[in-house]
Amino acid sequence: MPSSPLPVSVDATAALLAGQRYVADRSLATAVFLALKLGRPLFLEGEAGVGKTEIAKVLASGLGRRLIRLQCYEGLDIASAVYEWNYARQMLEIRLAEAGSASREEIQRDIFDARFLIKRPLLQALEADAGGAPVLLIDELDRTDEPFEAYLLEVLSDFQVTIPEIGTIKAAEPPIVIVTSNRTREIHDALKRRCFYHWVDYPTAQRELEILAVKAPTAGEALSREVVGFVQGLRKMDLFKQPGVAETIDWAEALMQLDALTLTPEAINDTLGVILKYQDDIQRLQGSEAQRLLEQVKAELGGQSVA
Amino acid sequence: MARPAGIPEFEGGRLLANLMYFARTLRAAGMPVGPGRLLAAVEAVRAVGLTDRRDFYWTLHAVFVNRRDQRELFDQAFHIFWRNPRILEKALAMVLPQTRMDTGEPQVEMIKRLAEALHGTGGRDEPAEEQIELDAALTFSERELLQKADFEQMSTEELSLAKQALARMRLPLMDVKTRRFTPDPAGPRVDMRATLRAALRNGAGAIPLKRRRVKTNHPPLVILCDISGSMSRYSRLFLHFMHAVTNDRDRVHTFLFGTRLTNVTRYLRAKDIDVAVDRVTGAVDDWSGGTRIGECLAEFNRRWSRRVLGQGAVVLFISDGLDRAAGEGLGPVMERLHKSCRRLIWLNPLLRYEAFEPKSLGMKAILPHVDEFRPVHNLASLSSLIEALSRPAGRRLEAAAEWRPNAA
Repeated sequence: MPSSPLPVSVDATAALLAGQRYVADRSLATAVFLALKLGRPLFLEGEAGVGKTEIAKVLASGLGRRLIRLQCYEGLDIASAVYEWNYARQMLEIRLAEAGSASREEIQRDIFDARFLIKRPLLQALEADAGGAPVLLIDELDRTDEPFEAYLLEVLSDFQVTIPEIGTIKAAEPPIVIVTSNRTREIHDALKRRCFYHWVDYPTAQRELEILAVKAPTAGEALSREVVGFVQGLRKMDLFKQPGVAETIDWAEALMQLDALTLTPEAINDTLGVILKYQDDIQRLQGSEAQRLLEQVKAELGGQSVA
Repeated sequence: MARPAGIPEFEGGRLLANLMYFARTLRAAGMPVGPGRLLAAVEAVRAVGLTDRRDFYWTLHAVFVNRRDQRELFDQAFHIFWRNPRILEKALAMVLPQTRMDTGEPQVEMIKRLAEALHGTGGRDEPAEEQIELDAALTFSERELLQKADFEQMSTEELSLAKQALARMRLPLMDVKTRRFTPDPAGPRVDMRATLRAALRNGAGAIPLKRRRVKTNHPPLVILCDISGSMSRYSRLFLHFMHAVTNDRDRVHTFLFGTRLTNVTRYLRAKDIDVAVDRVTGAVDDWSGGTRIGECLAEFNRRWSRRVLGQGAVVLFISDGLDRAAGEGLGPVMERLHKSCRRLIWLNPLLRYEAFEPKSLGMKAILPHVDEFRPVHNLASLSSLIEALSRPAGRRLEAAAEWRPNAA
């Protein structure tokens, strides 16, 4: 992959994202530009399905960099996130060394050698790459526990990892780091402080239409408008989980599969499970409430086209 | 947009000074902005360049804001400050409405702390979220009784007794397995890394196996405490309990509710019990008023549950179950709460006699959804409260079965 140079301005960043079919707000483009330019991690927080993870993917393909992804989960430890020693080979090495009557110091030097080191995502991200520094995506950081978060402090501020047996490994060129969180718990301020923070919000109706035009281009203009209007209406309601952009795209695609040209109450009732993922929300919306919202959306759109 | 990024001269250094004043304003308004942030801001503004007001806004936003609830404060501060940087001096001399009149903008209510920060009269140091919460809550009906509680201070003797009692506390489900390991000579698993390191220390010959076991940790604790009129005689006791627990361990979140829900976790973190109680009483406006359990819990479910119940939290629900709305809508809300936590413990302090039957509608709505029901006949002290909480746990949901009307 040929790597492209980093963008030189906010406009160039916006163009880079747009070139990868990612519709970004000016605010997001600014945050991304700052992170790239000043070499600091970008911390993205927001509801599920607003395109946080997508940014890392888009940056990797747009800049022609390797994408290294670290999915966080509870109990994520150094052995699976940073490095692990290959114990079997080490044992073998000890036996061989004993047979060859090597001295204790020699064994000690040999056995904790880089040859026996299994590199996991964080360590891989610090390695030099011919195509430029990779993009490191630390996904859903809120799912892991506080000890791992604390471990990340060294990685994210100095881009280095300390392995007791070897020493400190420092990246020649810092990777581009994207950290995402769904806010199932608060991330500590010490970690946020080292990053540029951006809250990825639900898009405005106009922005969401643009996203649909890019991501689901086969959906007709009329259907897209209605879908966006309906979803925007849903987000104003007092729901347990509001639908994200991913749900909007899925819904438009689902409706197209059902050959719907416009929204009808029946089509909505059949496909409500695509946008709402909680039974309470679905129950609340099924039937009359959905119809009311649909009529409201249609009235608004009708008013727009007349004016 | 024609000017190149990274303008060398910052208008003769005025921008630097203004950035500094802006950072100080934010800090005075309660945002955690230190010199490091200020340096980062200068660097960031240099990188983006001073071409576009919008870009300037989002540049500072990326540097200074690091929680969602700070956005509103930042937004107002930005617009007020950067419209006229000298507003700080003006605002000191003038009263607030006059400064706003000559802007011609729609008159948005300025966040009180920001106003205080601009006026330089600030003495309050509450975190941002509370203020915004209060603003949003001013629309409630007149039914609620707003009053401040007045508690006597805790004596040294009480304090030491409380500590002793707390050390004895064993919540049902105190420890859960984590996915981490700790060295243990008799542990069930071999720790290969430690083994190899020990082998080297030993030299050649036998390799002694090092072992480890799964580490256990207490789950997060979320306390939802009723402070309505019927519970008022215990409010002080519960405050002391919640303060002691908050300072005893990590991952404790505390919410008070009467007619509205208030997150008091941060106030309770103050080490000194009297300071903590003072701050809590200052923050809560619905002491000894009515109860709207259903509404408060629905708000908790919507706004907080996904943030504080994420890691298998145990919920301690302290209430007498007497609800002004007579249990209306309480059932489904309780069910949701129950399904999103590891264990739901209901502590009811107002059962005065043994032959109690849960007759009130509120209680009937709550009971099917709690794992543990802990009634207390006479709650005299912190130690009796802790004793009630420390009784051994039953299996999930079964522990409260005997209290349900149709247990069969």
